[in-house]
Amino acid sequence: MSTLEIRDLKVAVEDKEILRGVNLTVKSGQTHAIMGPNGSGKSTLAYAIAGHPKYTITGGEVLLDGVDLLELSVDERARAGLFLAMQYPVEVPGVSVSNFLRSAVTAIQGEAPKLRQFAKDLKSGMDSLAIDAAFAQRNLNEGFSGGEKKRHEILQLELLKPKIAVLDETDSGLDVDALRVVSEGINRFRATGETGVLLITHYTRILRYVKPDFVHVFAGGRIVEEGGAELADKLESEGYEQYTKASA
Amino acid sequence: MGLNEKPLSTLHEKASYDLADFAVPTGREEAWRFTPLSRLKGLHNGKAEVTGQALTQVTTPAGVTAEWVGRGDPRIGQAYVPADRVSAQAYSAFEKALVVTVPKEATPDEPIRVEVRGGGLDGATYGHVVVKVGPLAEAVVIIEHQGSAVYADNVEFVVGDGATLKVVSLQDWEDDAVHVSHHHAQLAKDATFRSFVATLGGDLVRLAPSVSYTAPGGDADLSGLYFVDAGQHLEHRLLVDHSQPNCKSNVDYRGALQGERAHAVWIGDVIIRVEAEGTDTYELNRNLILTDGARADSVPNLEILTGEVAGAGHASASGRLDDEHIFYLQARGIPYDQARRLVIKGFLGQLIEKIQVDEIRERVLGAVEAELAR
Repeated sequence: MSTLEIRDLKVAVEDKEILRGVNLTVKSGQTHAIMGPNGSGKSTLAYAIAGHPKYTITGGEVLLDGVDLLELSVDERARAGLFLAMQYPVEVPGVSVSNFLRSAVTAIQGEAPKLRQFAKDLKSGMDSLAIDAAFAQRNLNEGFSGGEKKRHEILQLELLKPKIAVLDETDSGLDVDALRVVSEGINRFRATGETGVLLITHYTRILRYVKPDFVHVFAGGRIVEEGGAELADKLESEGYEQYTKASA
Repeated sequence: MGLNEKPLSTLHEKASYDLADFAVPTGREEAWRFTPLSRLKGLHNGKAEVTGQALTQVTTPAGVTAEWVGRGDPRIGQAYVPADRVSAQAYSAFEKALVVTVPKEATPDEPIRVEVRGGGLDGATYGHVVVKVGPLAEAVVIIEHQGSAVYADNVEFVVGDGATLKVVSLQDWEDDAVHVSHHHAQLAKDATFRSFVATLGGDLVRLAPSVSYTAPGGDADLSGLYFVDAGQHLEHRLLVDHSQPNCKSNVDYRGALQGERAHAVWIGDVIIRVEAEGTDTYELNRNLILTDGARADSVPNLEILTGEVAGAGHASASGRLDDEHIFYLQARGIPYDQARRLVIKGFLGQLIEKIQVDEIRERVLGAVEAELAR
């Protein structure tokens, strides 16, 4: 049983305040959707929690099972059980997918996985996400299509088994088939009930495949409304306009 | 058609066997402005005593001959004419030249090995090597430099019609060595030349690989890797002279630099002459600057004198490690130092993969890993 607690989090980028006091608690077994218009600070929340150097924390706390993540380096946060599926995974020339995944699994588990077990897990993970076996030998994200990058992010999610997963617009740029495959991956991951998911999205479409327990509306760098899955339906029909006006 | 028979490019004005044709460089010349002359130990101004202790040994597989010959041998200087002062100095001062001959259609199954081992910094040593590959033959040459030396040499590769020559040159000197070298490949009709240069050691290494073509259909690929540590000056000067139609060339040099006054210089020059229609060429240099205090100078040049080219391009990029790469790997739990090593190894590894001799590929990979562990 794990808990991610975000308390009054304030974040700036180059002296410009983006997050203005975010409060949110995600527990194992829960899926929280964060929705909001472009520029509302959704991605800033994701990257600030993960520790991207571009973001400066100006106030607040982020605790994972009581441990202050903000005191840890990026890799320590990941090893503490945090995972960020990125909206735009970078291409890393010359580093193969299999080398990268084995290095990551070794780092997270604290020891090198048994080769046979790793190969088996990798194959079944790739199969279920309809990723071609040849991918393992390719350079990390290099020449991957948008959909391939996102499926590869979810493959990592399933292999690394974090306590809390933050998914930053994993649905963006996906066609319906790819969205279904990716959503099934997320659902497999949360089916254990031992993990929490914070799903950041602009559109309600993915929420038809990945049902959230809570929906939070983000505008102007803070959460402006909260509710259950029904709130997503309201946003679908009414849009974000009322919130952007209110926060402006 | 050698380099001496035509007006050369703006960057390579002169070629001569005669040392007197080259003035002592002052450091202001385009060809010398990046090189710290005071560290050349007299190779450039005639003050180096020819009392050096560098020893060259050669191992040849069955069917390949190696001879030590005097300077009167007609095979010397057939393909290459010295193009700068130190090259001419080496040409005028070597005692015996090594001539390696791969006969027509021979395909030796082992590499030819030339090992140059330096025995100290007292005095300079000059060398000259000719590798002649007969028509339709296929051979691999490994040249290794080790130890401490003040060494200047010229190496001629003469690749016959339809022949293939692959060369790996490893500059694995001790940190005090000084080495100035020209590697010239002359490609006959449909000849293939693959060069891989790895420069890791030495206080000052200045290596100038060049290629010329005597007939159409030649194909040259020049790859290079260097890892520059504090205080080292590692310089590579490439010249590909397209004077024949329908030839190809590809240049890809990559380096990593770390430490105070680590200095890399890369000068690339591709000339496409009027008669070289259908030329396909690309040159690339990339530098990864890992710490403050390191400096990379990278100058790609392309001199195109004909409008009828199949392709001609160049690129140069020097920069620091990409924070986004490191962040991505760290976000998957991989500690910073390991993430950094993975990214650097990836950057150089794509080149290392091109080394077609397993043993050398493993050694270069091992050497890069050792550099990264420093």
